[in-house]
Parts: sequence; C-alpha cells; structure tokens
Amino acid sequence: MLKEILMMALDNIIGNKMRSFLTMLGIMIGVTSIIALITVVQGVTGEVIDRFSEMGAGKVTVQAYGTALKAGLNENDIADLSAIEYVSGVSPTVSLSSTAARGSKIFEDINVEGNNEIYFENNQDTIIQGRPLNVYDMSSGYSNVCIIDENIADELFWGENPINKQMYLGGQNYTVVGLMESETNFFRQNTGRVKIPYKNALRLSDMANIMNIEIYLYDANDTEIANYEIENVLNAAFNYTEDSFNILNFESILSSMQEMQSMLTAMLTGIASIALLVGGVGIMNMMLVSVTERTTEIGLRKALGAEPRQIQYQFVIEAVLLSLLGGLFGALFGLLISYIAAAAMDTKFALSPSAIALGLGFSALVGIVFGWTPARKASRLKPIDALRSE
Amino acid sequence: MSEIVVDMVKIVKNYQIAEQEIQVLKEIYLQIKQGEFIAVLGPSGSGKSTLMNIIGCLDTPTSGEYFLAGRKIQDQNEKTMARIRNMEIGFIFQSFHLLARQTALRNVELPLIYAGYKQKERRIMAEAMLEQVGLSDRSAHFPNQLSGGQQQRVAIARALINNPTILLADEPTGALDQKTGMQVLELFHEINVQGRTIIMITHDSGIAKQAKRVVNIIDGIVSEGGLNIA
Repeated sequence: MLKEILMMALDNIIGNKMRSFLTMLGIMIGVTSIIALITVVQGVTGEVIDRFSEMGAGKVTVQAYGTALKAGLNENDIADLSAIEYVSGVSPTVSLSSTAARGSKIFEDINVEGNNEIYFENNQDTIIQGRPLNVYDMSSGYSNVCIIDENIADELFWGENPINKQMYLGGQNYTVVGLMESETNFFRQNTGRVKIPYKNALRLSDMANIMNIEIYLYDANDTEIANYEIENVLNAAFNYTEDSFNILNFESILSSMQEMQSMLTAMLTGIASIALLVGGVGIMNMMLVSVTERTTEIGLRKALGAEPRQIQYQFVIEAVLLSLLGGLFGALFGLLISYIAAAAMDTKFALSPSAIALGLGFSALVGIVFGWTPARKASRLKPIDALRSE
Repeated sequence: MSEIVVDMVKIVKNYQIAEQEIQVLKEIYLQIKQGEFIAVLGPSGSGKSTLMNIIGCLDTPTSGEYFLAGRKIQDQNEKTMARIRNMEIGFIFQSFHLLARQTALRNVELPLIYAGYKQKERRIMAEAMLEQVGLSDRSAHFPNQLSGGQQQRVAIARALINNPTILLADEPTGALDQKTGMQVLELFHEINVQGRTIIMITHDSGIAKQAKRVVNIIDGIVSEGGLNIA
C-alpha cells in the first residue's frame, strides 16, 4: 500500500513539474542556508581552534601583577613553579621595546623578548638558522647574544649572513646567533622581533621582577591539576593577595571557544530555520491548491474504496516528498557552497553529517507539519460533494 | 436469482439548505433482486442522484433502513463504508472520472489498490478485464488518447474489476453520442446476461427503456412503472 501511495504522490509531483519545483525552492533555500552556514562556521571556527590548540596545548601562561611589596616573580618563585611534578619547565617572558642599529642603519620600535632556554626547548621550530639560546647564555645576564627575525636581517644585514655578526641593541653590542621567521601580524606588518636571554631583557628594561611566565607541562591532560598546584605556589608567593596574578590556561580558553562555536551554530541554524518555515508555508499553500483542484479525484478515489486515512497519507506523503526533495537539493547546494567558501577562505572543508541530517530531518518535519492540514481537508471531503464539483 | 440485493424501507433524506429543511426523498420503498437491470428514471431535481448516492453508500439516509446484499447500511463508520463501496459497488459516472495522468490499465487497477492486491495480481486482473470490454490493445493509452466510448468502457472495466454486487451507473450515456451510447448499453446487456445486477440512473426515457425494469422517481417519490410518466 505504501508503495502505491508513494507512486501516486510521485506521479503528481512529476505531473506538475513547474509548480513542484517552485514549491521545493523554498525548502531548498532553507536547507541550503542551514547547511552552508553550519559547515562554513564549523570550518572556520574549527580552524581557529585547531591553530589555537596547536599553539597552546600543555602550556599555562601566568601574568603576575604583583603586590605593593612584591612587584613580580623572582628566581625563587620560578624554581618553586618548576618543582611542581606536572611541570616540565618554566620560561619567563620579559617584553620591551627597543632600537637595533648597525653602522648607519637603524631599526626602531622592535619587540624584544627575554626568554630562557626552556622556551626554545618547547618551541623547537622557532629557529630557522643558527642556534637557539642555551643554558650558558642565561647564567650571567651579560651574555650579549640575540636571535633576530628576518625583517631585521633584511634591514640591517641585507645580502649578508647575519649569524655571528654584531649589532647594537638598546645601545649595547650583541652577537646574532640565530635567525627566526618574522611574525605576520594583522596589525603591525613590519615590526622586528629580537629574542635575548631574559636576564639581559630585565637589565635593558630596568625591571627587577618577572611579570610574565610560561609554564610547560609534561602532559596536556594534567592541565587542571597543574593549574591548581600553580595557583597554590603563586598564592604563597604573593601572600594570598587578591588580583596579584592571573592564570591563563589554553584548555579553558579552548572550551569557551568551543562553547561559542556551538552557540554560533545554534543561532545561525535558528535564523536559517525561518527560511525553512517560509518554505513550509509554501508547501501548505500548494497542497491546499492541489486539494481543491483534485476534489474530483479525491471523490472518485473515495467512491472506489479509498479510506479517509489512505487519502490523508497520500497527501501527507506528497508534501513530505516535495519537502524532502527540496531538502535533498538544498543539502547538495549547501555542501557545494560551503566547499567553494572553504576553498575561497582557504579553510578546510568539513563535511558535517549532522548538518545534513538536520537539514533533511527538518525538511521532512516541515512536510509533515505543513502537509497535515491540507491532507486532513482532503480526507474529510465527502465523495458526493467531490464528485459533483465540476 | 431471486435474492434481494437492494432493499430500501421507508427511506427519507432531508437536506438543510440555509434555514430551510428540504425533503428530497420521501419514504421510499425499493427492492432490487439479484440479476436485475433496472433504470431509475426521473427529471432533474427529482431526487434520483440522492437515491443513487444512498444506494452507492456515498451518503446515508436521514431515516429509514437500507440493506445492501443483506447487510444493513446505517451509521457505519467511514472505513467500513469505504470497504463496502470498494467491494460491493461498481460506479459508472456520466463524465467517466478517469484519472488523466494514468493509463487505462492503471485506471482499471485503482479499486484493486484499495482492496489490497499486489501489483502483479492487479496487472493480470486489469488486463483480463480490459480484454472483456474489448480494449486490450488500449491498455497503455491515457484517457485523452481514447474516444468517449472507449473511456466509458475503461470506466466499466474499472467498475467491474472487484466483482461488485451491483453496477451503479449515473447517466452512463450522458456524455456520449447516440451510437456510442447504444454500444455502451449493449455492453450493459452483456454484463447483465452474465448475472450482474445493474442499476442505471437516467433522465432519458429512451435510455431507460433499454433496462428490463423501470422505476420512476418524481419529487422524491418512487413509483414502479412505465416510461409514460417521464
């Protein structure tokens, strides 16, 4: 029976090609927008999250604001943090701005960062030429070695290999030991970066204490418990003063980003669903017209023995079929659009099965909901009235 | 051959039109035996269509009792009524009422679909029935590729396919020219000779006289009798 009803519904959809297509269009647009929006949003945010977690997995950043008595962290505090069993190492980050010079060439406003050897151990791909800073560079605070980026190399050492050459940094003579990639940054394209031992950086900036540190963990899964231990050490260091430090761990940032992603997806789906709703009204309209047009057919079918339920199924299935076909084309278009968008934005194209299921499920639901009333109307037609109507 | 297939006892049908209640059928008594070929003859507005609807289980009487093939038809639910229409009655309409987008064969199959037959069985039965009405070479044609007479014969094949107790024809020749109309009536005679009960509703005494028995209906009252009244 179901097969026959399906055939009848299909017959009628094919018999009214133009009208069926226009009716399907509404659903198609709705499903297209749902699928395109979801996949594009998931693709883009997924990319951001991926990059983010690549950058920050297994790493905890501490910003020490200090107290009135103690301006920042000192060597002892760093040793205490390093002693935590989950921590593989700690690197201070001392940032300042300075000027580099060589001969008559000057590069102003460069970002100088002081780190220790642990930073380089944990960021192995920093150095593209030469060597990283090592533990011997750290010991005295007077080991004037630096790593420069390509921008500075281009500016000060044009046409030469900068390794083992001298330059001035903040008025002091430094030896270049390594080269790193210049940072492409959205806001300041052509800044130069220099890395020096952190003690040198403290001296250059006239600071006694360390304000920022990066703590590296053995295992990213221990982030939560490590976080707790770090907090204890820092509380002790700053005598439990409120707002004396801030711990940023990437796991919590990541989870809030993922939360944002799902919120964004839900919101966009909601908006796109409105289009689907409008499509549903279109289906209802067409089905009502169809019932009116086919009054005689309905009457005849009833006279020949069709039960009201069978008539109702026929029309509901017709509506669902229309809607599902629209949904199917919509899914194809949606995927095509998101594929093109992914290619254009250079993000990865993620085929989202849940988005497709959602689109098709929604369109079937729309068919049932909006096909119900017209189908009910058809099933309740009295055969005598129906047969007389010509 | 004497079994009574249609038995109407004091059938009354009222219609509510606006504020007014109009009595369309006034206490009708009518008995039709198995194997009869009967014409119900009446002018338009006489109540003959209403009578046909009640006989065909498309409508129920306001009061009175109606027995079809021994079964009392009253207050049945829609599903049972549909079942009875499907199994007991073969309808033939003035304007054929074939589904335009279906082939002759598919049109003939239609009652079998609702009777729950499988596609293969339906096909065999419908082909046999089309052969019986002389249209086996037209089974793949669509209604608009057939002449009026051929369309009515497809409709007759459809009416007979479920082997109904009665064949109920409403002005079966009304949309046909005289010659084609006579051919359809000849087919009716053949079907009747095979033992099928035929009830034909018409306003045309020329058509009615083709039946073996004629019943007049005027102003909702049925009288046995001659062609002279109409």
